[in-house]
Formats: sequence, structure tokens, C-alpha cells
Amino acid sequence: MRKFKKPAVDLIRFVLPLMALAGAGFGFLVGTANDAPFIGLLLGALCGAVLSLVLAKFVPSPRAGIAAATVLFALAGFALAGTGGLIGGAVIGFVLGWLSYWLATGRYRAGTPVYATPLQVLWHNTFKFICAAIFFFLIAPIVTVIPLSFNAENFFTFTPAMLSFDPEGYSLKHYRDFFTNPDWQQALANSVQIAPAATLISVTLGTLAAIGLSQPHVPFRRAIMAILISPMIVPLIISAAGMYFFYSRIGLQGTYIGVVLAHAALGIPFVIITVTATLVGFDQSLTRAAANMGADPVTTFFRVQMPLILPGVISGGLFAFITSFDEVVVVLFVGSAGQKTLPWQMFTGLREQISPTILAVATILVVISILLLTLVELLRRRSERLRGLSPG
Amino acid sequence: MTDATPSTQNGPMLSADGTPLKKSLQIALRRQKIRALMLIAPLLLFVLISFIAPIADMLFRSVENEIVSETLPRTVIALEDWGYDDGKAAPPGEDVYAALYVDLSEAEELKVHTRLGSRLNYETTGMSSLFRKTGRGVGRMDTDIYADQFIALDPRWEDPAAWIALMDAPGISEVLPETASAWSSWQRILVSKNDDIAEEQPEDFLYPMLFRDLVRHPADRVAAYDGPNADMLAAARAAVDGFEAVSLEEQFIDIDKDWASPEIWGTIKAFSSPYTAGYFLSSVDLKLTPAGIEEQPESQQIYMLLFGRTLFMSMVIMGSCILLGYPIAYLLSNLPLRTSNLLLILVLLPFWTSLLVRTSAWKVLLQQQGVINDILVWLGLVADGDRLVMINNQFGTIVAMTHILLPFMILPLYSVMKTIPPSYVRAAKSLGATDWTAFWRVYFPQSVPGIGAGSILVFILSIGYYITPELVGGTTGTFISNRIAYHISSSLNWGLAAALGTILLAVVLVLYWVYDRIVGIDNVSLG
Repeated sequence: MRKFKKPAVDLIRFVLPLMALAGAGFGFLVGTANDAPFIGLLLGALCGAVLSLVLAKFVPSPRAGIAAATVLFALAGFALAGTGGLIGGAVIGFVLGWLSYWLATGRYRAGTPVYATPLQVLWHNTFKFICAAIFFFLIAPIVTVIPLSFNAENFFTFTPAMLSFDPEGYSLKHYRDFFTNPDWQQALANSVQIAPAATLISVTLGTLAAIGLSQPHVPFRRAIMAILISPMIVPLIISAAGMYFFYSRIGLQGTYIGVVLAHAALGIPFVIITVTATLVGFDQSLTRAAANMGADPVTTFFRVQMPLILPGVISGGLFAFITSFDEVVVVLFVGSAGQKTLPWQMFTGLREQISPTILAVATILVVISILLLTLVELLRRRSERLRGLSPG
Repeated sequence: MTDATPSTQNGPMLSADGTPLKKSLQIALRRQKIRALMLIAPLLLFVLISFIAPIADMLFRSVENEIVSETLPRTVIALEDWGYDDGKAAPPGEDVYAALYVDLSEAEELKVHTRLGSRLNYETTGMSSLFRKTGRGVGRMDTDIYADQFIALDPRWEDPAAWIALMDAPGISEVLPETASAWSSWQRILVSKNDDIAEEQPEDFLYPMLFRDLVRHPADRVAAYDGPNADMLAAARAAVDGFEAVSLEEQFIDIDKDWASPEIWGTIKAFSSPYTAGYFLSSVDLKLTPAGIEEQPESQQIYMLLFGRTLFMSMVIMGSCILLGYPIAYLLSNLPLRTSNLLLILVLLPFWTSLLVRTSAWKVLLQQQGVINDILVWLGLVADGDRLVMINNQFGTIVAMTHILLPFMILPLYSVMKTIPPSYVRAAKSLGATDWTAFWRVYFPQSVPGIGAGSILVFILSIGYYITPELVGGTTGTFISNRIAYHISSSLNWGLAAALGTILLAVVLVLYWVYDRIVGIDNVSLG
């Protein structure tokens, strides 16, 4: 079999022009910020080309080369615009250095077969770039909130002090406000009281029903399933409207119990879905074996079935918890001022008096959701391992 | 079965306890079914009460209209013979005004006439103030001359005990039908005030009814009555022909000349039935008028626009979710598992992050003094004076909602794409297909179920969205759900809110049914 040889990369005709282009792009950005776009463009192109030439000819080790480029550009940036320039320069230096090696060593062809045409390689990399941009779109808004929550000013944007990494520009005052302001504390207390109670109801009733639903013979299974899943499908505003009308008829509107019941109903589909999914892989012969050895149904449930489906139950519970904890539409209508939850307070904050404390709360919530996400992921893996679905 | 005797082998098979096997299996099956139902029952009951009942209540409210016939029961009956006749009809006769007089006197005492006014005001503007004004005026009408004349005739007409004796007599409702009916109103008023009927002097509105009852009958009809206080009644019958009379019609028109307008009476008549399609007609920019179903005036036609906008924007959001979600799902399903699991976290993190966090992030990014505008200005791409308006319009809603709903597109797409064997595309290419043909003719058709599932999910979620359009939608980017919320909490037109909600629910249920057809409810996965 003939071995394909890796095509050599043409330094002068391929790498240098592309690097000049990349450098020109960065140069243009820096140039416009300094009111000299055209000069920036030219200087940037020159810098890019020279850098790549030097790196390719004299620095064979990518790691050393990228580090050198980073430090060099960081120093240049610092000379030009202080601390902010230092960071910006470092980023530009790192990107240009990495790009230079990526192009020069032919690693840009890594994901494509050796016989791929240049056009295919170009498309492959464009596709990767598009995906990166979409991931950026998904994550960037959430990440932007975090530094802004440390803003020393009452602004919703980066202040010059923040951009130059001046410690004066950062403070914990919004977090202090969150932890001392009675409004926010009351909202937090309400959320913490409502969500666990709602979760408890959904998990207990939901798990029992899920076990019932996964029995081999259930009459009207589809109809029952449709009813139990419906709180997830019906738009929240309709649920909220219906509950508002009905709960005010029976005197539950504006009460703690009313909000808990409403949230429990909203969380039930998630418990049903996760627990029935876990039960699909459950080996019914285990319960028969337990019964055969003399265990009564209750013992069988707690000693045999429960430990095996526990991961599913807990992740269903987490879903129910986050549903209640994040929920705002239904509580807006079913609750009254006494049941103001954290999302409600954020909602009014966003609509009326805009205060950056919201960003501090948002950051705290992002951290909580990262923790919950990790927990669910770990549980899912454990559940799959327990049921022998995956070797890991 | 090994020790079964030859005699039983010909008959039905028996289980260990001697019952036929078939029957005992049936019993076991039934027991299993009951046990499963017992496990499901508590939750089913809970969901039925806490969720399905409210939805049913909303459906009921969208057609319910008992307030008119409950507040004005006599007027509604009296109006039955009156026809609106395209606005050319004369105002209804004195009978209707008399009925309205008693109804309003009761409603005013029970403080329910303003509620009726606001209800009818949704249909014809000015009704609310008309009822409030009339409520104030109804006690001050000149009808007190009847009371004065009756009491002058016989002081017993002032005595509650005489009235009670008269009204409790059997057959009185045939002799004095309108008076008896007004008397029951009087009783209800006193009950609501916790007053004793034997101590309160009868209200003015009883006497005009008594007068009307008496003049209508010939004297011998009244003479046939032989219960308590028959003499008092007979004397009154003899005297009423000489009484000074007051036209109730004129009295009402004195308070407000609108009471002469057939429009007002037509509206009351049109909404007098206990169930109405009026709210649904309003939801589609039509109007139930006395003359029949008409279009709303051009300036008030907003609901079709809002429904149209909600559908259009949901389509755009769905489209951008497909556009952005497809490459990501493709990338994830073609990477090695370790890498794709890592990248999947980038999709799941927004999915798990609070909706309000994401909405506030977009508010921070998109507003005029926000991060994106700042960067554009800093780069010199946009002048400081004319920063881009990216929020409080449709653009802001579409961007923010695409971001929020994108995980709901990526996850189903990913789970479908994971099951597409890569060998098909390779086979296509080895048979000479270009990259594009192999993708478009081989890979894409296999991923269509994923697109379908994701699209319906995103579409269902987006047409009912409330929070994000409310916060970043401004006036041009709001959905029908914002209007529903407005009618519940601000305009208090609950019936219209319920009708709009019912229409939205119907759309969602149809889509849900389609979703069930394509994907199945049981196959909903949560990351």
C-alpha cells in the first residue's frame, strides 16, 4: 500500500500571507481604538508576517515560540496602553503565535483525511470556526455577567477602571447589598422555603406513580401519562392564568400552600420522566427474587428497588427543585407579595428599578446551576453503571 | 401439572388451589392492574386537582357570562320580547324599566352594579360610568311618591309586620307578582346587611311594584284574595286609579339619557345569556354587538396582529435555532465521546442556568449603554451618538429567545444524530457522491426526525413565552402571552384572558399531538 506523504506547507506563499491578514485584522482593531485604523492595519500586517517568519525559521518548539510571542506582544501592549494593553497584547500575541505554528506545521489539516482537497480543508476549518462561534454565543452572555457583578459602579457595563484592571474598579458591594438588603433576603428565604416543599411533594408522589406506570399491565397508560406530563407542555402563562382563577375561587391564591401546590404540579413531569427512564432498565426479577426470599413488598421497595433507582429519583428531584427555584410566571400570579421569590425579585428588578445587585444574584445562581449540573451528571453516570448500561 | 389426574386433563386446567388456571390468571392480572392504579392514583388525583381543574376553570371562564343574568334577572326576562332591529327599535317599554328599577335597586344595595358595569364596558364603552351614575341615582328617584300615597291611604303600608303577613300569604305571587319578586330582593338585601326584616321599614322600590300590580288587575281579581290584610289590599286597589303616577322610563332617562338609547339595551340583551361567545369573538378582533357579529374598529384590532406576530416570531426563533443548533449537534455527534461530553457541558450550562439570569445577561449586552454597543463604539464601527437599538424590539426578543431555547433544539437533534451510522455517508462517497450530495441525500434525511422533534419543542415553548418578551420585547416584541398577563393583572378582563389562553392552549395541544406522533411523549429526554 502506498503511503501518503504529508504535503509540505509553503511558508512564503501560504503561511506568511495568512499571518499578515490575521495581523492586519488585529492591527485594524487596535488602530481604530487609537484613531489610526489604516496605520494599524499596515503595522499589524507587518507584525504578523515578521512574527511568523521569525518563529518558523528560528524557533522550532511551538511552546517556546507561543510563550515568546505572548510576552513580546504583552510588553508592547503595556507600553501602549497600560494594564489593559498588557492583557490585550498577551491575547493577541498568544493567538498570533498559536496561529503561526498551526499553519506552519500543517496541523490545520489534522481533522481531515490526507487526500482532502484544499477546499475541503478550508470548509472543515470554517465549520469548526462556525461551531466555535455558536458555542461562544451560548456561553458568552452567561460569562459576561460574572465580571460585571464585581463592578464598583452602579453600571451595567464595563467601566474604564474595570478595563484597565484597576482594583478600584472592582468591589463586592453588590454582593454585600444582596446579603444585607431585606428585600433580597426575604426573597431568598421564600425561595428556600417554597422549592424544597414543592420538590418533596413531586418526588414522593411522582416516584410512586412512576413505579406504578412501569408495571407491565397498566390500563389507560397513555391517557394517564398525557395528564401527568401536561404541566410541562402547557405554556406557563396558561397554567398561571388557570391557577390564578381557580386558586382565587378556593382561597389558595396568595398563600404559601397555593404556591407550593402549583410548583409541585409543575415539577411532577420531570420526576415522572427521569424515574420512568431509570425504571426502564430495572430488572423486575430482582423484586421477584426478593419476594421469593420472604421480603414483603415494603422491604423489597426500600432494600432492593429504591437503592437502584435512587440516582433517577434524585436527579428528578433536582429537576423539580430547579423548576420551582427558577419559576417566576406562576408565582407572579398565584403568589402575593408575601411569597415573593428570588426570580420574582429579579423580574421586578429588571423591569422597574434596575440595580446591578441582579448581576450579583445572577452570578450566584450560575454557580448554583453549575453545581447542580455536575451533580446530575455524576448521578446519571452512577445510575448507568449500576444498571450495567455502560462499562465506565 | 405433572400430577394432574387423567380425569382433569379433559377438563380445564386447574391451578394449585383448584380454580381453573385461566380464571386464576385473570384474577392475578386484575390484581396487578389495581396495584398499578393504586400507585398512580395519589399523583393523578393531585395533578387533576392542582393543575387540570385550574385549566378546566379557565376554559369555563372563557364562555361564562352569568353576571348579567344574575345581576339583572328581571330585566333580562323583560327584554326577551324586545328586538334591537338594527338600532331602529324604540327603547323598551315601561315594563323593562320597572324590572331594571328593582334589579338595580337590589344590585346597588349589594354593591354589585359596578362589577356589571365594568363587565359590559368591555363590550360598549361608557357602560361602566352609566351603571355607576345610575346606581347613585336609583335611590333618589321620584318614586317615593308611591310610598307616600299608599301610606297616606293606610298607615299599615308602612308597617313591616303588615307587609310580612301579606307577603307570606299563599297565592300572593299570583295576585301581586312583581311586588312578591321585589319583596324577595328586599329580603336578600336585609340578609346581606344582617338586619331583621321585622324591624326595617320597607324600601321605596316596593311601592311602585305594588302600584303596577294593582293597576294591572281588575278590582274583582284583587277581591278574590282572602288572606291576611285583604281589606288593606282591596282599599288600595280601589284607590290606585286616582294615584299620581311616575314614569320610570323618564326617571331613568333623567339620570342618564343613554337609557333611551337602543345601543345600551341591545348590549344588555346581547350579553344576557349565561354563556357567551363574546370573549372568543373579541380574541379574534370581532365583536358581538346588538346587531350581530361585527369587526372591531380598525384601531382596536390587535389580537390577530398579536397572534400573527407570536406565530411569526416563534417561526423565526425556531428557524434560527435550527440554523445554530444543527452544526453544533453534527459536531457533537461526530466527535469522540470524551470530547463531545466535554462540549456538551457548554450546551447544558445555559440549559441549567436560570431563565432570568440569561435574560438579564442579554439585557446587559444589548442595551444602548450595554457591552456590545460599548465595544462597537470603542472599535469605532458605530458613532457614540447613534448607538444601535437592539433591545425592547423584535430583534432583542429573537436573539434572547434563540439563546434560551437553543439547548432544546440541540439535545433532541444530538440524540437522533448519534444513532446515524457514519458508514452510510462513507458508502455514498465511495460510490462517487460529492461531500454535498452525500450530506444532502444521505445524512440530512436521516437527521430530519431530530429537526422535527427539536422544532416542535422550540415552537411549543416559544409561543407561550412570557418572561423574556416582557423584559426585552418593548412594545413591538411582545407576544400574545403578554396580553393575557395584562388582562389578568391590569385590565381585569379575565374572560378575555381566558379566551385568549384557550386559543393558545388549543394551538399548543395540536402541536403536542403532532409531537407525540413524531417522537412519542415517553421519549422526551432531559439531557
